[in-house]
Amino acid sequence: MAGASKAVTDSRANLPFVYRQYSAEQLREVLHKMYLIRRFEEGAEDSYTRGLIHGTMHLSIGQEASAMGICMPLGEDDQITSTHRGHGHCIAKGAEVKRMFAEFFGKTTGYCKGRGGSMHIADVAKGNLGANGIVGGGIPIAVGAALSSKMMKTGKVVVSFFGDGANNEGAFHEALNMAAVWKLPVIFVCENNGYGMSTSTARSTAVKNIADRAAAYSMPGVIVNGNIFSEVAEASYKAVERARAGEGPTLIESKTYRHRGHSKSDRNRYRTKEEIEDWMSNRDPITLFENELREFGFIDDKGIEAIRGAVAQEIADGIEFAKTSPSPEISETGNYVYTEQA
Amino acid sequence: MDAMVRELSYAQAIQEAMAIAMDMDERVFLMGEDIGVYGGAFQVTGDLVERYGTERVIDTPISELGGAGVAVGAALTGMRPIFEFQFSDFATLAMEQIVNQAAKMRFMLGGEVSVPVVMRFPAGSGTGAAAQHSQSLEAWLGHVPGLKVIQPATPYDAKGMLLAAVADPDPVMIFEHKLLYKMKGPVPEGYYTVPIGKADIRREGRDLTIVATSIMVQKALDAAATLEAEGIDVEVVDLRTIRPMDKQTVIDSVKKTSRLMCVYEAVKTLGIGAEVSAMIAESEAFDYLDAPIVRLGGAETPIPYNPELEKATVPQVPDIIAAARDLVKGVR
Amino acid sequence: MPTEVILPKVDMDMATGQISRWFATEGQQVKKGDVLFEIETDKAAMEIDAPASGMLRDVTGKEGVDIAVGAPVAWIYADDEDYGAGAAAAKQDVAPIPPLVGEMSAKPTEGGAVPPSSQREAHASGLPAISPTMGEINQSPSVARATPLARRLAREAGLVLASIAGTGPYGRVVKADIDAAIAKGGAKETPAVAPEAAASAPAVKAMSDDQVLKLFEEGSYDLVPHDNMRKTIARRLVEAKTTIPHFYLTLDCELDALLALRTQINAAAPMRKTDKGDAPAYKLSVNDMVIKAMAMALKAVPDANASWTESAMVKHKHADVGVAVSIPGGLITPIIRHADEKTLSTISNEMKDLASRARSRKLKPEEYQGGTTAVSNLGMFGIKDFAAVINPPHATILAVGAGEERAVVKNGEIKIATVMSVTLSTDHRAVDGALGAELLVAFKRLIENPMGMLV
Repeated sequence: MAGASKAVTDSRANLPFVYRQYSAEQLREVLHKMYLIRRFEEGAEDSYTRGLIHGTMHLSIGQEASAMGICMPLGEDDQITSTHRGHGHCIAKGAEVKRMFAEFFGKTTGYCKGRGGSMHIADVAKGNLGANGIVGGGIPIAVGAALSSKMMKTGKVVVSFFGDGANNEGAFHEALNMAAVWKLPVIFVCENNGYGMSTSTARSTAVKNIADRAAAYSMPGVIVNGNIFSEVAEASYKAVERARAGEGPTLIESKTYRHRGHSKSDRNRYRTKEEIEDWMSNRDPITLFENELREFGFIDDKGIEAIRGAVAQEIADGIEFAKTSPSPEISETGNYVYTEQA
Repeated sequence: MDAMVRELSYAQAIQEAMAIAMDMDERVFLMGEDIGVYGGAFQVTGDLVERYGTERVIDTPISELGGAGVAVGAALTGMRPIFEFQFSDFATLAMEQIVNQAAKMRFMLGGEVSVPVVMRFPAGSGTGAAAQHSQSLEAWLGHVPGLKVIQPATPYDAKGMLLAAVADPDPVMIFEHKLLYKMKGPVPEGYYTVPIGKADIRREGRDLTIVATSIMVQKALDAAATLEAEGIDVEVVDLRTIRPMDKQTVIDSVKKTSRLMCVYEAVKTLGIGAEVSAMIAESEAFDYLDAPIVRLGGAETPIPYNPELEKATVPQVPDIIAAARDLVKGVR
Repeated sequence: MPTEVILPKVDMDMATGQISRWFATEGQQVKKGDVLFEIETDKAAMEIDAPASGMLRDVTGKEGVDIAVGAPVAWIYADDEDYGAGAAAAKQDVAPIPPLVGEMSAKPTEGGAVPPSSQREAHASGLPAISPTMGEINQSPSVARATPLARRLAREAGLVLASIAGTGPYGRVVKADIDAAIAKGGAKETPAVAPEAAASAPAVKAMSDDQVLKLFEEGSYDLVPHDNMRKTIARRLVEAKTTIPHFYLTLDCELDALLALRTQINAAAPMRKTDKGDAPAYKLSVNDMVIKAMAMALKAVPDANASWTESAMVKHKHADVGVAVSIPGGLITPIIRHADEKTLSTISNEMKDLASRARSRKLKPEEYQGGTTAVSNLGMFGIKDFAAVINPPHATILAVGAGEERAVVKNGEIKIATVMSVTLSTDHRAVDGALGAELLVAFKRLIENPMGMLV
């Protein structure tokens, strides 16, 4: 998303951070993107159910505010590494849903030309260095990207998204330590949705909050309600400022919830229907953000309807684009293993 | 040109190559454990930190996985890192980043990125470092599409192949035998490259092809000198790169000599020897074989501490001589 | 490695020995020190103990045949040793290089065993088309141990690998052996067991496969790989034609009397109950009568009932007549033993049975190996006259043409008679021209006076 707006009026002085920081147009665009993420994943799920997509996918429905909030203060040059639950990050960082659908459908027009699929979705041009099938796999890579930024003095900030499961991987600890030692412009964002597959953080993680781990690496550890866009965006904004100032990394723990199971094969045996229902009805990030926008006068029902309608069209077009795109040739299976030498 | 050729050790040749690479390209930098003021566990980086500073000769924490990942991430975003593992055995700690990330990133992303990382692995036995510091794991990485895996056997190749690796857009894994570091040989000054993926015929012969890697190349040459006195004319092929393998050179050599022996230090089973043997069996050279293929590889044990046991676990010159003699004289 | 069990030297001047008796059988568990077999030398019998414990496999040393000292006769596999699929074939190749019969090692299916009495008899065991054993056709293909290079060079030179003695490890044929074979005169299809013959045979080098194929446009033919029967036929016929000096004699025989007698005899056949209803007890063919006539002719001219060996003439006491039977993919020659002593009806019924089982490839080796002569009849195709290739160890073969009505001159008058031309091929080393002529005349007399065959 674009940088901060100067259009802060006195009337907004008591409003939460983002309503002071960004223009109405920017905020409406955030809602648009949150809907785009939600509908994209619903569309992907529907296509999967219809047998148009193979493999599996990990849906982030319920976590849209986290993805959008973190990416809000990032510029197009800034970079992210993402996770297996990365569709939201990809869209938040600026990807087009039609090329994402195409990738899910395994088509040559997809972001990875059909070689990566959901779990490796990337959009390098927009700074998304890629989702990752390995839990914690992207964290050291983000640190490396931040090292590049520092060495090449590009001013880029790198965000590493990961889940609560990754905080128990060695890579997490090694990477945070190095980033802190070298004061690299990287932000570690743990989207804690409460479960690493089926194992709750309470059963898997010794500390109460994953942000508590930050103390071990001498960096700020910030906890935010990941379902409230403004809270997430505010924490991200501060972390980006700190990173750009050369003060080093931040660990943000964005507490959120995934409405869907871990993947398409999840039978939901580790959490109750009541728990899921509570998060969906009372803490849905899109509903919460929509209500605030309406309450603070940034949008009306008509505007919301217009966004929903536009998103529906975009999703339908995207799926159509994916369906009609060509598949790769079998003869090209060996492509991209190595760089093609001239 | 001769005036520019000096005798350098293998370690000096690598150090010179890294210095040249850093001089030529500011994106090139070094990472690794104790490669700065300490000079690296085997003094390969030496005093480079004094010449290039701590910003370009970076001591990492003891974090092989994280360090490798940082190198991958830096390579992915425009830098040209050369990452030194203190011992090749520690690749086991970093396998995730090497195998899942570095090797596959370009492919997974449909060719949108490349990962021009170079990783150096001091490998092999003979130093009394026992089981966890003496392994030869090159075949592990050789099994992974997306990686290039090389084993220079001389100071000349060490420099030229490292420079080729730095220039290569894909991840290149260099396995350097620790006992080679002190080996001296002619090395030209300045920049030159030795191509990755091209084997070298170190010695021409008529009776037997020995395909050897790394330190075994020299052992094979020593064996060949002895065998020559017995009238056995050995051709020694230095494989140099195990992925992508230079099949044609080996095929041509076997077609000429009709006999093949593979000599390598790594554990014999499921290794380079199996690959070379099978490749020959599948090739047109099969119909030129006049004797069974023989593999001489490491014993099916961890590397032991006791020096005599340690020697016994890997092929030595007398083993090569005996096996070659049996093969050519028709005992096998 | 499994432990080799060899035929040990138990006597000072012993070069070969015979196993008189095995005490253990294939697949049996034996303990080190158990008595495995007994050797008979010309002085004494010796019991030989198992050199190791384990399972006895690949028992190649047969009882009652001469075996070279040092030759493996079996293998003992320890409990933890794999007995792979290729093991049996591989072991068979482990031929010793015995001092007296070195070339034997080139014959893989023989292993280290020296067949009875002489090399020549081994060579002479069986009939040409299908030999040395039916095993070559019905069982696994014979495995000549050779390097890939040797195989290719042999293929290109048109050499038969099995005919080359390997000097490599385990008797493996290596490049040097092929080079030597080519230098010696090349493409010898003869097994090395007939070294004299091989050495004296003309050094004709066959065209290589590539040379042959080059003469035809690519795609204008299909390549059908040879089965073992075809290979055996090829090898045996080349051997026969290149080592036996053939000599040919032709005669015409009038058949009218024979045909009349045949009709009479067949009409007199008693009826027998069979599963397909009542059938005559026999139905003679002309060929049955030809077999009988040939057998009786040999009895009448016993010098022609012979086999050639280098050291002596083998004079047979019985006339065993092989009859070439065409079967899908080749031919085989079952034998009517003692045909001279058998009645026409016995010969006829025996022949029907042999021919039928030949076509279904159910003949036992003893039913097609050996014989003292052979008959080949192409009359049913209307062939007037032809000359057949002798099947060693025979000295003769009779080629029978069609019986047809011809104008014959008798006492200055042209008359019509049913005439059959026959050509006798003789091995001139054993049967000279005059002797052959005598045999053929005896045959003609019986055909034209068939009542002689009834007494």
